[in-house]
Amino acid sequence: MIKKIGRPIFLGLVLAFMYVPVLMLIVYSFTDATHIGAIRGFSLHNYVTLFTTRDLVDMIVGTILLAIGSSVLATVLGTLGAIGAFYSGRKRRAFTESLNQIPVINADVVTGFSICILLVVVLGIAKDSYVPLVVGHVTLGAPFVYLSVIPRLKQMDPSLYEAALDLGATPRTALRKIIIPQILPGIISGFMLSVTLSLDDYFIATYTKPATFDTISTYVVNATKGAQTHIKTALWALTTVIFLLVVLIVIVMNVSAGRKEERSNEKVL
Amino acid sequence: MKRFAISRKTLGIPYLLWLIVFVAAPLLVIVFYAFTNGQGLFSLRNLSGFFTDPNTLGTLGYSIVIAVISTLVCLLIAYPTAYFLAHSKIKSKAVIIFIFVVPMWINFSLRISALKEVLTLIEGNLAMYPFLNAIIGMTYDFLPFMILPIYNTLINLDQSYVEAARDLGANSAMAFFKVTLPLSLPGIISGVSMVFLPAMTNYVVLDMLYNSTYIMGSLIGSYFSAYNWHGGSMISLILLAIIFVFTLATGKQGDTNDQMKGGAIL
Repeated sequence: MIKKIGRPIFLGLVLAFMYVPVLMLIVYSFTDATHIGAIRGFSLHNYVTLFTTRDLVDMIVGTILLAIGSSVLATVLGTLGAIGAFYSGRKRRAFTESLNQIPVINADVVTGFSICILLVVVLGIAKDSYVPLVVGHVTLGAPFVYLSVIPRLKQMDPSLYEAALDLGATPRTALRKIIIPQILPGIISGFMLSVTLSLDDYFIATYTKPATFDTISTYVVNATKGAQTHIKTALWALTTVIFLLVVLIVIVMNVSAGRKEERSNEKVL
Repeated sequence: MKRFAISRKTLGIPYLLWLIVFVAAPLLVIVFYAFTNGQGLFSLRNLSGFFTDPNTLGTLGYSIVIAVISTLVCLLIAYPTAYFLAHSKIKSKAVIIFIFVVPMWINFSLRISALKEVLTLIEGNLAMYPFLNAIIGMTYDFLPFMILPIYNTLINLDQSYVEAARDLGANSAMAFFKVTLPLSLPGIISGVSMVFLPAMTNYVVLDMLYNSTYIMGSLIGSYFSAYNWHGGSMISLILLAIIFVFTLATGKQGDTNDQMKGGAIL
């Protein structure tokens, strides 16, 4: 009996802890309240502010461009790195693997700080060139691309590649037509992971970004240290937009995954 | 045949170079800066300074306390959550992921801002409860990272072991402590490693919740703002040493696979 009632209550409390703050912000983003708890009328002014304030639009666009740009680079590097390491000798593979593991387990503060020291302090590369920032975010994402491609390479049947070569394909064609399609799911999930890491990053960006550039994280953190109220509440609107986008993406992904499953079940029948 | 093998191997060279230049070299530079002074001469002052200054030692202690308590709180909430989910009728992994992983994909600074608003509503003045808020903030930020790996090990755990224990006369509590809990240890370890280190370094959570006490990450931040590369490098090096010891202690079990799965689901 206790089990029957206790479990849902416990799970409900955990869910409430995780969701209530965000849901409250979402509700209040549609009012003209300046803080949570105040009862005010319906208003869309936060959304107007969000999409018409130059600073806010710039930092949203900048965050997205940085995430996509650095993830494309990270995906190319990480994928080729994984293929190269997988077909190399044991020593080189182990060496790549252990270097690859460093940014994964390291604290982001240390990763960001050390990249800043090398590129900005020692080599004198200006932060305004965006080079340190992009290098930082590629270094953040590429190891995860590598880690999601390697298992796919392990699952692959090696004779397919050799068969392609025997049938006259050049190594490059065999790579493009045989290896890449087989490891594609790993490449895609590595890319997605790299994008989410870049979007969520605060520390690497703080230590490497140009002073005039902000990502969502750096902007929000600075804004909470005494920004104007209308900016603060416009960020509630941003939270709502991101929440709805994430929910939409998850639903679309799961529906398409479910369809695929259904189709493969039908085939079996 | 050999020629083809070489061509595939060469594909890995750019990434290997990238890792050497942007991962290995920065760490070597950190070591160099940690053990030199402003004139570029060898110096142990940064090291001895850290271990003799009561302020920095206090920071180290405070970080460890925050990290240990946040990790324990996360574990105490996450284990039953994962256990109940793994044994619930909802067998669709999609639903579970949807419910517990969506928060992970909302920018952490926006989530902490949301938490701040709610805590302000409840507590009035946030500055009155700095320690409590730090723990709540870390737990709020990292809980999904603890739930997911534990859930993954529990769902893949072969139930016949538990049934065998029950058949051999163990009651349900004994079966849990002697069978389920030890078998779910890899999930616990990977969850702990995903919470403990960030909780020692993520000073932004504290800053945003008006806890002005320093943790290890804040020290790097303040040295960075003061252009003190040598001091910051020493703190980074000490953190690296802690990470190294931690990784050795938890072994290879708690690897990054679960974090991978978390991202792969999207």
